[in-house]
Amino acid sequence: MTPKLRGKSAIVGTGHAGFGEAHGLTAYDVMAQSALAALGDAGLKLSDVDGLFCTMMEDSMPALMAAEYLGIQPRFIDGTMTGGSSFVNYLTSATMALEAGLCDVALIVYGSNQRTASGRLVTASRPPAYEAPYNPRYPISAYAMAAARHMHEFGTTREQLADVAVAARAWAQHNPEAFERGPLSLEDVLGARMVADPLTVRDCCLVTDGGGAIVMVRADRAKDFPKAPVYVLGSAAESSHRQISQMKDFTVTAARESGARAFDAAGVSPADIQVVELYDAFTINTILFLEDLGFCAKGEGGAFVEGGRIAPGGVLPVNTNGGGLSCVHPGMYGIFTVIEAARQIRGDAPGIQLRDVDLALAHGNGGVLSSQVTAILGSQNTL
Amino acid sequence: MPDATGPDQIFQRALTNGEIVLPRCDDCGAYHFFPRVLCPHCHGTAISWHPASGKGRVHTTTVVRQKLERGGDYNVCVVELEEGVRMMSRVEGIAPRDIVIDMVVTAFVGGAEGQPAVLFKPAEV
Ligand SMILES: [Zn+2]
Repeated sequence: MTPKLRGKSAIVGTGHAGFGEAHGLTAYDVMAQSALAALGDAGLKLSDVDGLFCTMMEDSMPALMAAEYLGIQPRFIDGTMTGGSSFVNYLTSATMALEAGLCDVALIVYGSNQRTASGRLVTASRPPAYEAPYNPRYPISAYAMAAARHMHEFGTTREQLADVAVAARAWAQHNPEAFERGPLSLEDVLGARMVADPLTVRDCCLVTDGGGAIVMVRADRAKDFPKAPVYVLGSAAESSHRQISQMKDFTVTAARESGARAFDAAGVSPADIQVVELYDAFTINTILFLEDLGFCAKGEGGAFVEGGRIAPGGVLPVNTNGGGLSCVHPGMYGIFTVIEAARQIRGDAPGIQLRDVDLALAHGNGGVLSSQVTAILGSQNTL
Repeated sequence: MPDATGPDQIFQRALTNGEIVLPRCDDCGAYHFFPRVLCPHCHGTAISWHPASGKGRVHTTTVVRQKLERGGDYNVCVVELEEGVRMMSRVEGIAPRDIVIDMVVTAFVGGAEGQPAVLFKPAEV
């Protein structure tokens, strides 16, 4: 997105369903419940939706399946699959489609029942041919190797990685919607079962069910809905690789580029951002993205998260819902970064509600640090 | 098997014969991996094949933890070859936990999942 599209679209509804365990429901059931929740939030009906932005882990044509299930016949559809970042990426395509008049009501939606269906991360993707023979465990082996390299180059410690998990849990403990709300100490994380060195099971996101949905309209009618509109001020993507063995620098992600362009479109800088929602599939993600988005210098992410600095009461509120580490992680988490950012701005966050939030950042990650998408959202005051 | 013609076929055929060959671009001179019909650096399409030096260095590494009854812990790493390309692999002949970043390693053709594959062992000093 360029500055030309700044504030041209707004989120007027958010919803979710099936957090934790959605017993007896299919992924499409959870998707549909999420859609209804978001449309209800916006005071709209399914029949109002004429733009659908959706991908799932279930099928090769999930957006078509979703439209069919919902009983709608969208005149604009985007099912671009970049992994968990897809839903942040749809903010750009939805804004473009709305602004161009290709649709009037855009529904971004996702659902998964991966926890109750199998208890494992479900993925429709095949292991890459030149990596599969070595049995990497996806996606954790990839993130473990990124973490190992970060520790090697910058002296980042396992304690600092653990700080990320502890901070996420501290936020989640205040969020009744979060799946894991028990106490979690640094010692708990460090003493947890190692899964892929240097990452323990507590450095990994949850495996839950859940779905989320977002309703967007053109800014010129955004005030006609029950909830305060949340404007998309900037959003930008950059993709660097698909297979982890092809990542040029394991300590630098394309969030550097996506972030810089999102900030440019929004006309703000990291120092202006009041709350940050990052896709924390693993603890190393939070550190990498804080660096690459410009909240601290490269290599200083470990020190930045130390000692509760991103926990409640710290210097920067990060993943205020508890993140993928402690709130919800139904295979793809990206949409929840946008939902929590929007709710912080609207003032109806489910957990700790920060005061007077006008500017929030949501960042999606897809693949194995492959696709990076940054969005900057703002209140009416930021237009 | 008829003559190998595609990039993947050429690479796999060489492995079957116990050789490791790498694609290099005739236009810019840079190696690339994985094999493909164009050079990802300059996008030239004149590609020729060269025996790999076999010299590499562990760029990053992890130990995939696994219960003993399922085969135990094993290594997954990314090795950077002297030619400048990187590949996923594993280092054998050393405990997975003793494999460290920057370790100098030597390539050999071994077996992975019942197929010939590029593996590494610690380089002899
Ligand atoms: Zn070339």
